[in-house]
Amino acid sequence: MTTAVKANNKVKRMTSDKIFNFFLYLICGIGTIIVLYPMYFIIIASFSSPTAVSSGSVGLFPVNPTFDGYIKLLGYTSIWVGYRNTIIYTILGTAMILAVNIPAAYALSRKDLVGRRIFNLFFIIPMFFTGGLIPTYMIVKNFGLVDNFWVMIIPFSVVTYYIIVARTFFENSLPDGIWEAAQIDGCGNLRFFFSFVLPLSKAIIAVIALWAAVGIWNQYFNALIYLRNAALQPLQIVLRSILISNQNMASMTTGTAAQEAQELAELIKYAVIVVSSAPIMCLYPFVQKYFNQGVMIGAMKG
Amino acid sequence: MALSFQKIGNESSLWQRIWRNRALYLLLLPATILMICFTYLPMYGITIAFKDFSPTLGIVDSPWAGFKYFTQYFNSYNFWTTIRNTLIISIYSVIVTFPLPIVLALLCNQMTARRFKRFFQVSTYLPHFISTVVMCGMIILFLSPSSGIIPKMLGALGINVPNLMGVAEAFPHIYVWTEVWQHCGWDSIMYIAALSAVDPSLYEAATVDGASQWQKMIKIDIPMLLPTATVLFILRTGSIMSVGFEKVYLLQTTLNLTYSEIISTYVYKMGLISNQYSLSSAINLFNNIINFILLLSVNLLSKKMSDTSLV
Repeated sequence: MTTAVKANNKVKRMTSDKIFNFFLYLICGIGTIIVLYPMYFIIIASFSSPTAVSSGSVGLFPVNPTFDGYIKLLGYTSIWVGYRNTIIYTILGTAMILAVNIPAAYALSRKDLVGRRIFNLFFIIPMFFTGGLIPTYMIVKNFGLVDNFWVMIIPFSVVTYYIIVARTFFENSLPDGIWEAAQIDGCGNLRFFFSFVLPLSKAIIAVIALWAAVGIWNQYFNALIYLRNAALQPLQIVLRSILISNQNMASMTTGTAAQEAQELAELIKYAVIVVSSAPIMCLYPFVQKYFNQGVMIGAMKG
Repeated sequence: MALSFQKIGNESSLWQRIWRNRALYLLLLPATILMICFTYLPMYGITIAFKDFSPTLGIVDSPWAGFKYFTQYFNSYNFWTTIRNTLIISIYSVIVTFPLPIVLALLCNQMTARRFKRFFQVSTYLPHFISTVVMCGMIILFLSPSSGIIPKMLGALGINVPNLMGVAEAFPHIYVWTEVWQHCGWDSIMYIAALSAVDPSLYEAATVDGASQWQKMIKIDIPMLLPTATVLFILRTGSIMSVGFEKVYLLQTTLNLTYSEIISTYVYKMGLISNQYSLSSAINLFNNIINFILLLSVNLLSKKMSDTSLV
């Protein structure tokens, strides 16, 4: 009797799980398509003929494949100047962020640091309260950094969130005994930091370097506020003028029919999205495990 | 010098403890200096919100103006518009973008097909790495009435859509749902991590007791996510008055301004475009204070109710 009921329950459960799984994979499958298709569309559209894109006949594959968009793109010097600037800002900015935040995080992780609480508070307050746009702008201006190459690298390199994540990592991952042991052997704080802490912390350094690099590559706010000089503009500002303000298009209308020029201008937009996002998108699948690790280390604090 | 300090070494005075770790302060120095220069000095600059700032006189010498600029903002036509728009966008965002990553994590946790699960995760994280500028460019391209793929698709189904970027009421929807597309996957990482920490024996015990997959999700997974969700919810509520500047600013058109002018874009325009430094700082400060109060009260509330708090 009871076995029969049990078996019956089991059958019920199996069918309910089957229905559940069906919907689970259905929903997730649709979700994946919704997420991936727009990105896929950008790529195929960038290779399709401009007329096909604007008439809406591009669906799953490129139509009348062409490299026109990319060829035209080669002629935009402002993009390549922006590209070069962004690469420089990303490399120097990332190095700066590491150089400033990692040592600070290590010092804050040490329980024998006198004034630890005060320093922690000092770094945390700006997460919740800041001077705001205009006062910050005026200070940066007073330092002579407006329209200056270094404004993209120096002033905003302290990031409290990175400090917290790195500090949490140091607190939890460095074995307690090694500092005491090193001390007995006559090793000073600085040497200990450079020859023991840093080599043991490659994981967290990689995480923060990646976050910082992606952040700098993608951000445009600081450049919008502090840079006027076209020669200093990063890629994102150039992208903004092409994608959103529709600039640089007037020059295209000479010679060809306006309609065609308009279509080509649209095609260039697709191509420019691909060209500007490709480095990070291609890098991402290889480094994603570091990103996830970092989020989890950060979560431990919460 | 070093010798004399070693002499008093045994009693370990405060000064001596500091001196022993002097190298640590050296490690803190660069970050501290930069923080003072570019974060704490501007806090002093907030005083211009209470002054008639003139660039020739500078921050210190400009005459005091009291609350003149605050009242100017409170009485202006843009006061209610900016506050209403900020609240609409942020509350709508919280309602939609807060629960969806939890749902996503729950779904992800139920998947047993390893390969597909992995593919699903990697693809949902991907849009997070698209820059805001490119994201907005994509939105504009896709919604373009002449060539955009969305009007084309809907048109094929017989639905006629107007130029959505020009319809003011559509703005909050566009903002929030593209936000979901871009960040929902990424935001679920924290929850997926929390779920992976669940003791597998709980599931085994539930299976023995005859629980279905659905029941396990409701009875085990959801309670497990609550603490993480609470902390993240406090953070979100604390910043309800601060909608990110970048995306809203990029998506603004003259046509949708009635729903897209938020406090931060208004601060930018007043300050750096119209050069009304004092007014802009006053609005910014007002916004900052409200945020701060909100964060503190939500934190306090959750401390009282659930023992989960931030600080």
